[in-house]
Amino acid sequence: MTEAVSFQQEFKVKGGDFSRGGEASCEIKNLLRDLGLDPQLVRRAAIACYEAEMNIIMYAWQGQLDLLVTPHRIRIIAEDKGPGIADIKQAMREGYSTATPEMRELGFGAGMGLANIKKNTDTFRITSKVGRGTRLELTIKTNGRKA
Amino acid sequence: MLTLREMLVVVGGELLTPGLDLDAGCSKIFASDLMSDVLAFSEPGSILMTGLVNPHVVRTACLVDAMAIIIVQGKRPNADVVDEAAAKKLPIIATGCSMFEACSRISRSLPGDRP
Repeated sequence: MTEAVSFQQEFKVKGGDFSRGGEASCEIKNLLRDLGLDPQLVRRAAIACYEAEMNIIMYAWQGQLDLLVTPHRIRIIAEDKGPGIADIKQAMREGYSTATPEMRELGFGAGMGLANIKKNTDTFRITSKVGRGTRLELTIKTNGRKA
Repeated sequence: MLTLREMLVVVGGELLTPGLDLDAGCSKIFASDLMSDVLAFSEPGSILMTGLVNPHVVRTACLVDAMAIIIVQGKRPNADVVDEAAAKKLPIIATGCSMFEACSRISRSLPGDRP
């Protein structure tokens, strides 16, 4: 049975636009907080969103974050058009990074992103096609927990 | 636990975001220039201490529920970054101390560490 949707919104993310990186995630955090969800769940969702958003900005040409909130879960789909990931297992390993010096100067590129997304979510699914792009499907169970 | 107002004095800092509440207490500092580590390891309610001054510092602090930012080494964020922090109600303290010195001064000032 399909769950009722309480809230849904898309956020476009432009590859390479470091100056706006994180703005979508901050907006998502505010929306989730305004929905009255438990602050710990909001924080986990916000961190996962930010890592996914920065991955799009750092590595892809364009992408989007789709936020969907139902009475029992927060669902985030981060999908990009970009170079894709040839070896997902390697990319998931903490410390593995292909970050450029520009990314590192901003404080990113430690090779923690995908692992941290997984840590902060209850379900994590990643698919990628080299030369096409990458898709993350994330959920955080809320079970109706409010602030 | 020290209030932000006490930390401001301890690190000899300057408050860049006037008008925000400095009376909240805090005993957790997360000192790092690596936002990846802040996202992965910091605890909510910590103070983010860093030598970076880009907008991602403010956004990272906001997303991890940090209560304030201390910028070390005499660095100054530009006005856009300060304005963004003020809008997010995140106090920024700038200090000429190194990261080690700032951490050390705060650590020595925490009530539990006094002889």
